[in-house]
Amino acid sequence: MRIVFKTSYDADLGLFVHRYQAFWYFLLLAVAVGLPFAMNDFWIGEFALMLIWAIAGMGLMLLVGHAGQPSLGHAAFMAVGAYTNVMLQTSLGWPFVVSFPLSGCAAALAGALLALPTARLHGIYLAIATLAVSVLAEDGIVMLAPWTGGVSGIFAPDIKIFGMSFNRYVNAPGFYWLTLGVAVLVVLGYRNILRSPLGRSLVAVRDSEISAQAVGVNLARTKAVSFALSCGVTGLAGALMGHFAGVFNHETFTIFLSITLLMMIVIGGLGSIHGAFLGAIVITFLPLAISFVREFLNERFGTASVMPPGIETAAFGAILIAFILLEPMGIYGRWIKIRTYFELFPFCRRDMFRRQRGYLRTERIR
Amino acid sequence: MESLQLLVSGLANGCVYGLIALGFVLIYKATEALNFAQGDMMMLGAFVTLGLTNDHYWALPFWVSVPIALLLMGAFGYVLEITLLRRMSGQSQIAVVVLTVALGFIIRFLAGAIWGHEPQSLESPIAGVNVRFAGLVLGLDEVAVILVTIVLTGLLYLGFARTRLGLAMQAASQNQLAAYYMGIPVKRVSALIWCLSGVVATAAGILLASKGSIDPNSGLLGIKAFAAAVIGGLGSLPGALLGGLVIGVIEPFAARYVAAGFSQVVPYAVLLLVLIIRPSGILSQIREKKV
Repeated sequence: MRIVFKTSYDADLGLFVHRYQAFWYFLLLAVAVGLPFAMNDFWIGEFALMLIWAIAGMGLMLLVGHAGQPSLGHAAFMAVGAYTNVMLQTSLGWPFVVSFPLSGCAAALAGALLALPTARLHGIYLAIATLAVSVLAEDGIVMLAPWTGGVSGIFAPDIKIFGMSFNRYVNAPGFYWLTLGVAVLVVLGYRNILRSPLGRSLVAVRDSEISAQAVGVNLARTKAVSFALSCGVTGLAGALMGHFAGVFNHETFTIFLSITLLMMIVIGGLGSIHGAFLGAIVITFLPLAISFVREFLNERFGTASVMPPGIETAAFGAILIAFILLEPMGIYGRWIKIRTYFELFPFCRRDMFRRQRGYLRTERIR
Repeated sequence: MESLQLLVSGLANGCVYGLIALGFVLIYKATEALNFAQGDMMMLGAFVTLGLTNDHYWALPFWVSVPIALLLMGAFGYVLEITLLRRMSGQSQIAVVVLTVALGFIIRFLAGAIWGHEPQSLESPIAGVNVRFAGLVLGLDEVAVILVTIVLTGLLYLGFARTRLGLAMQAASQNQLAAYYMGIPVKRVSALIWCLSGVVATAAGILLASKGSIDPNSGLLGIKAFAAAVIGGLGSLPGALLGGLVIGVIEPFAARYVAAGFSQVVPYAVLLLVLIIRPSGILSQIREKKV
């Protein structure tokens, strides 16, 4: 058990609680940087995809986990990022270093534009409004076919930074390091936002809008800023996803992508940066695991015809249900419990994390 | 005359959306949970009826299989509540949304595994019969949809407003703890509402499957039903029907008068517009608290 004595005000604001924590995170970073030396290109590609999911998840986590605004429309903002990025590169010939940040800005602008009229919506109304945005975006891509390529899709050019090419297939480690760099920057930015007054007001809005207003938080502004930041980060992930996929069309950014993103952060654990990464690991590697199990069963028992199609989504759904019923705080919540158990070793009591019995109060009278 | 014809077919479609939305609103009204699997329950109900009725499967008479299907789906809703949803009471709405979306995945998979992924139609006596009425040619299926929807909405509305059970349901949703103290069997009430919602979903599914065809992805129609419920004002039964009719009527007119490729977005654009102008739907159920 470790007791942290804070001897200065700076200790309260530090990025890490104590030096051991810093050590573990730097070790993790070192392992992540060194990963391409230990694996073949296929696995590096999968890890790059995992990082892209994690970036998108962090974007959504800021909005859902910290600002408490549910969104079922983030695929739309991934699409904005992906299309802006590619269109700036192909039609205007701008380099990736310029088009990539601009794609994030475009998505952020789109998010802020959405937040202005929807600032008065709460909970499920907001979720349905964003759901409509997701559907509209899918059709919008087809309607804007002259620019977006419509149904036939659009090709993402190779990423070129100062003459170096970062193609996913030719230079998989390069692409992986690029996504890793973006992910680390986003994590740092996210951590810093959470420590700033903005981050505190986001959490205040999530926990109680009335109390937040009472202590002087500007609700509309906070919501708009959280939408803009969240959508901007998701747009960056979309731009990377476009390069990862190589070619994409309206079917890349369907409503299912929005739903998957939301489920990802719920599995990972709402309200923590770790949750976005843990959820991304599940989303990326669960299909692989299922296909490995399937192949194993086929070889062992010859059950090729027994496994019906669509079992992946069903298994995913079952895992989700199990998580929500048994561990509502997600994988990260489970990790906290395990860690606390060992930290306090003989003194951990069973009821420590027991949930308070909740009763439903209507939201129709406020 | 043409626009009248469009109007009637739009009303019939809108009634199906309204019926799905009705099941959605029932659950919301009594437990404040959002059942995103409502469309998939509708699909499952339709497939159960189809499996009982069609010659290819069990070939029971239509009027025998309908009550069986309604009973089965009612039991399905009841079991869902006592196994899964009951444990979610008092937790965040987003958790319930994710749970029901996941449930929808599983239902879709099951339906696809049992009945296949091809679109199928229900062999019902109301399919393909035309009725002539005041110069209009109406399908009997369309008339049946409209009648069933009006009757069901009326019955449920009266049930909620007038009966003891309806009042118990409203009380349970407004303040669960207080309802417990007043002696309302809150658990049984919410299980009953899920049962009822399964029955309503099945009715919608049967009508949809005799009007056209269904496949395991028909549950996605549920998205339009949510739009309907929200346009009408979540928690209002007539609102659900109204919202369904709004979307149903807009669709054929948009398809007729708006350029091809643009018409399918009109319902969602209307949804956004309604939400921006009236953030809690047309027949808003949200009231300010009086202190």
